[in-house]
Amino acid sequence: MSDSATIELPPRDAEERQPLTKKEITADHPTWCPGCGDFSILAIYYKLILKRNIYHEKVTTVAGIGCSSRFPYFVQAHGVHYIHGRALSFASGVSLSRPDLHVFAFGGDGDAFSIGGNHFTHTARKNVKMTYVVMDNFVYGLTKKQTSPTSPVGFKSKTDNWGALDRPINPMKLAIAAGASFVARTSHTNPKHLLEMMDAAMDHDGFGFIECLSECTEFFQGAFDASNPRKGGTFDLIPEDHDVTDEAAAYELAGEDFPGKFGIFYQVQRPTKNALEAGVSDAAQAKFEGKQDWEVLQSTFNRMK
Amino acid sequence: MSQTVVTEDDTGKESQSSDISEAVIRIAGNSQDGIQSIGGFLARLAGRSEQEVMTMMTIPSTISGGPSIFQVRLGTGDVLSPGDDADVLLAFYQHSYEDHVSNLREGGLIVYDSDHIEPNEEWLEKYRHIGIAISSLTVEAIGGTARDKGKNIYALGLIGRMFNLDLEKLERLINERFGAKGESVVKTAMDAFQSGYRYHSDDITNLFNFKQGEVDRSNQVVMSGNEAIAYGLIAAGVRFGAGYPITPWSDIMELLRRELPKYGGSFIQCEDEIASVSMAIGASYGGRVGVTGSSGPGISLKTEAIGWAVMAEIPLVVVDIQRGGPSTGLPTNVEQSDLNIACFGGHGDSPRVVLAAANVEDCFYTAIEAVNIARNFSVPVFLLSDQAIATRIEAFNEPDLKTLCQDLTPDLTPVQSHKPYDLKTETGASHHRVPGTRVEDGRYPVVTGLEHDEMGHPSSSPELHEAMTQKRRNKLKALAEKLPVPEVYGAESGEVLVVGWGSTTGPLYEAVEKSGNNGQAISALKLRHINPLPDGLEDIFARFKKIYVVEMNDGGVHGYGQLAGLLRARFADPRIQGINKTDALRWKVWEILDRVNERRSTEPALIND
Repeated sequence: MSDSATIELPPRDAEERQPLTKKEITADHPTWCPGCGDFSILAIYYKLILKRNIYHEKVTTVAGIGCSSRFPYFVQAHGVHYIHGRALSFASGVSLSRPDLHVFAFGGDGDAFSIGGNHFTHTARKNVKMTYVVMDNFVYGLTKKQTSPTSPVGFKSKTDNWGALDRPINPMKLAIAAGASFVARTSHTNPKHLLEMMDAAMDHDGFGFIECLSECTEFFQGAFDASNPRKGGTFDLIPEDHDVTDEAAAYELAGEDFPGKFGIFYQVQRPTKNALEAGVSDAAQAKFEGKQDWEVLQSTFNRMK
Repeated sequence: MSQTVVTEDDTGKESQSSDISEAVIRIAGNSQDGIQSIGGFLARLAGRSEQEVMTMMTIPSTISGGPSIFQVRLGTGDVLSPGDDADVLLAFYQHSYEDHVSNLREGGLIVYDSDHIEPNEEWLEKYRHIGIAISSLTVEAIGGTARDKGKNIYALGLIGRMFNLDLEKLERLINERFGAKGESVVKTAMDAFQSGYRYHSDDITNLFNFKQGEVDRSNQVVMSGNEAIAYGLIAAGVRFGAGYPITPWSDIMELLRRELPKYGGSFIQCEDEIASVSMAIGASYGGRVGVTGSSGPGISLKTEAIGWAVMAEIPLVVVDIQRGGPSTGLPTNVEQSDLNIACFGGHGDSPRVVLAAANVEDCFYTAIEAVNIARNFSVPVFLLSDQAIATRIEAFNEPDLKTLCQDLTPDLTPVQSHKPYDLKTETGASHHRVPGTRVEDGRYPVVTGLEHDEMGHPSSSPELHEAMTQKRRNKLKALAEKLPVPEVYGAESGEVLVVGWGSTTGPLYEAVEKSGNNGQAISALKLRHINPLPDGLEDIFARFKKIYVVEMNDGGVHGYGQLAGLLRARFADPRIQGINKTDALRWKVWEILDRVNERRSTEPALIND
């Protein structure tokens, strides 16, 4: 393992290998409903890959279950469609064992904060290197309109005909409290801002988490109008004087009523799980320099006689 | 034990000495007394001499303290099980004495700490008693401490003298064990040991003499079943694993966490069982076989993810150290009740491979086999062990590590094109190209739990679901054809065949040995490959009139244990019957013989009779 999981630059023969085109990274046509916010997130993902001049084989796209989690099928690159809620654990396995790859995980609010809530917390605190985009639509879409962990109180769904009763999760607060080292918020309605956030998250050496509002036009139409200037709302950026390393300030910012602010709430540099594990491994291997694996095992067996 | 001879020992006095080929010694005390380490020393000594050894221990499930035992069976010939009844009981406390007398054979020897134990009048006649003030003599030897430290080493000295064990080798072991802790610790231990060894009493000197062994067993390694699994995985080339603590699996994750970094790998402690299995599958997808494991309820939690690995055809090794269930059950007792979940756990048709290790040595090699089957057939493999094998120490011939160790570095060579779920492979097994591999035609694979086409894209086509279901099943059929037919232990044909798996194997084999003397000979068959079963078992079954499947699990509503149920489903043979128990204790040899004899005398004649 190398000491950190950074993406490799294109090989020296890059001259021979042309940069990818949008067509080359596009796979199946998305199965999402017309007007779904997820389309713009996919489009920005393509744009990010092209902009960063990465080849197919250097990224891995992992997702769980949900509308948004169909993502890997639409990207022409190595991809994984895993089980509900556990995409982060799977992605951690890839990230920790393959430092040469950049791992992206995509999912929805159910995947991230309900069934996968435990993994969200622990992947954040462990600071496993990857970029995680939660396409938050405040509703269960694939199963057709049940209350989600981010549904606002009063939202009328098939599981709460009278309106949602439970207080929703605040993804920004959850991420900050869990110890995530990069916490940002954006919306599908502002592609330029979304690309900026994804770029920054990818540059972040650690667990980069983005909540991207993504409207479900089928089951929660108009949910994010208040954040969309074209619908009469406001898309307010985080003030320039906000100190992204100030946890308390970030938490306070996260407490604002919807639509709240957009941008990087919190960002600190602390050692990644990848680097810490690699450090342990490097130190352990240093004692056996020049020895083959079987010889290392033999030395252990010699003590068991 | 055999004839008694009178010899002269080095003190110049006469003493009675028995030439023995084996002995079962049970040491009973509290868990903080270091009882396990006496057993460890004896096991290591046996590993360096001509004796075979097998041990068994129980630890209390309470956090600290509580009664604990270690039973060690040393023998000149093959030792197949930890032994039914003890020849010698070494008891530290009144409760150790009272609770374990029943495990002593009639006429057996009790060595007790007279500082703590008042012998029972009734038992004085039934068993030979030797009282030694172990606690105060230890204090005398190494200086006063309130915590009775060093008693175990003193007792080791006593045992060494009683059994005339190799003094030089024992001293070297003590030096190795305590060497790292500094000279004064070694000196204290050596004082305690020598004081025990020199304890002067006609009663105890050279009581027993092991017969010279015929086989040179000096090149042995000594370890527990859990250690053997962990080292087997390392030898096989596993470099990534993930787990969550649970008894009795935890030793394996602790060991891998400590050892894997030496090989450039790592083992991650996760937030839960589901994250553990998912992370291991993620690493497998990344290119190396990942490992996870658990016991009891932890296995239940992993089943959804294992189903995904079946569907996505990703290799994975799942270690299951079985304990008493269901639910939290009996965390520190043994049971073989996870066979069904290993074979069938999960929804849908999800064929996977299930292997069972029979003893400590087998744990090492089965771990390697599990990794290789997982790789070659792109399938999750369950490696079943149990609490009894996990915690006991055995000595076995040192493996040839240079030949056995494998390098599983992922192959990232670019390919022209790639179908992750190719339907036209010879065995049905296809192998996904790991991320990082360039696919030159620009069509990249998705691995998925949705039913899919050959490229991994979702499809609910009826033809595809049928073809893919067959693909996932046929690769197990291809594996079954390659598996070796197990060998019958004992006569090749006869009236009774006892069939077993896992830690039941040792007692079954010993039952075969003991059954021969009374005209009621039985044969035994051990199954290591349980799903799929190897081809050719029907030929073996055809040579016997009765087939009893002996398991540590419940016979269920219809009277067949979990393996018996599988075998009946496979062979539809009414001669296959179950012999089961759920006392959460290992099978003793006499229990097996009694149950077999009872069954064959009371059972009505079956159709093939």
